[in-house]
Amino acid sequence: MKCDFADSFLQGYFDGELSGRRAAEFERHLQHCDHCADELVDLDWLSGALRLTRLYEPAPASLRRTINAHFRPIEPAIAVSQPLLWHWLAAATALLFLAIGLWKVSPRLRSDDYQAELAGEIVEAHVRSLQPGPISGIASHDAGVVQGWLDRGAGFALPVRDFKKVGFTLNGGRLDVVEGRMVAVLGYEHNGRPISVFIWPTQEPDTSPRTGSRQGFQWVDWRKDKMEFCAVSDATPAELEHLNRLMSDQP
Amino acid sequence: MSELEPEDRARFQELVLPHVDAAFNLSRWLLRGRADAEDVAQEALLRACRFFRGFHGGDARAWLLQIVRNTCYTWLEKNRPMELSMEFDEEIHLQASATPETLAISGDDRQRLILALETLPPRFREVLVLRELEGCSYKEIAAITSLPIGTVMSSLSRARRQLYSALANCSQKGAVREV
Repeated sequence: MKCDFADSFLQGYFDGELSGRRAAEFERHLQHCDHCADELVDLDWLSGALRLTRLYEPAPASLRRTINAHFRPIEPAIAVSQPLLWHWLAAATALLFLAIGLWKVSPRLRSDDYQAELAGEIVEAHVRSLQPGPISGIASHDAGVVQGWLDRGAGFALPVRDFKKVGFTLNGGRLDVVEGRMVAVLGYEHNGRPISVFIWPTQEPDTSPRTGSRQGFQWVDWRKDKMEFCAVSDATPAELEHLNRLMSDQP
Repeated sequence: MSELEPEDRARFQELVLPHVDAAFNLSRWLLRGRADAEDVAQEALLRACRFFRGFHGGDARAWLLQIVRNTCYTWLEKNRPMELSMEFDEEIHLQASATPETLAISGDDRQRLILALETLPPRFREVLVLRELEGCSYKEIAAITSLPIGTVMSSLSRARRQLYSALANCSQKGAVREV
């Protein structure tokens, strides 16, 4: 049996698009209309089936890589043609890093703004690593090999572990520069998504993980045993926190 | 994307790039395939970047999905015009690999739902995907599809009815109910 109410209000009611007054009116109608009640059950079943079977398909890593590659930082082309200006820029940058370094001496100054700025730099470094082209690093699944290479290059010792058994495969290590200083980076892969873990020594006390997102990437930052770690990826926050726990629990 | 000024670039990264998943998902369902969807979603994102100066705030996801949708339809017109000519004809099913028979024998609930959804005409499929998978409101769907809200609601109603009958024709409907 066809019901006039069904066509005009049923969908809107089901989708929560009716005003309170209209919804109340439809609910009164629902009490004595079997047709609408049945339709509502069907709608609910259909909607549940669509959501429960997880039909949503997120973007593949290859698409993200291609898109991110378009956001490559612009190279300072003037460096070649105007060496004098380049020297001035280098001096200014060095001063800036010195200022940042002095400012960092006082841990209490470390605010959310600073954390956001740091995350921004780290996300950019991660994005750069996803782009094609040579990277200063070593590709290996062997934690010992990666550790040896990083120890020699970074000038500080850091823990390197593979967590392949629980889905985080070590793919290698590399060196990068964040905030004007050398950092070691471990490359992991989880469910096809690359994860970079940036590691550098710190004088600041241990912290529990802090998380955030930027430019579509998630980051988790923590400090343990005079080392700071920042993991960044387009994996989910839960996946990054899992890696954080794996790395923190190690002896 | 390098044609954007640095501050626009930062805004684009902040506002638009978080919706790359939504862009891909809509393309995938409109084009019924991941490989084509990746190409078209990429093209749509590049177009979004070119048009970004024309974006003056508001709902960045809806703005991006509107471009994705247009790019998908342009692609369909060029590559599979038959699919668009069949829209709104509730008696004709798309020449997809799915028929009620294949749906019934496939055995895999998820696969049956995918095939059933793919048999819907694109304009029905898109409102369902936007509503059920992307969680868009009627107002957002109207903005993305350039349809009046009343038409969004009636398309959604017909799309759901078609999908329901495609699935109800299968003998294994009960199995889907339990997923």
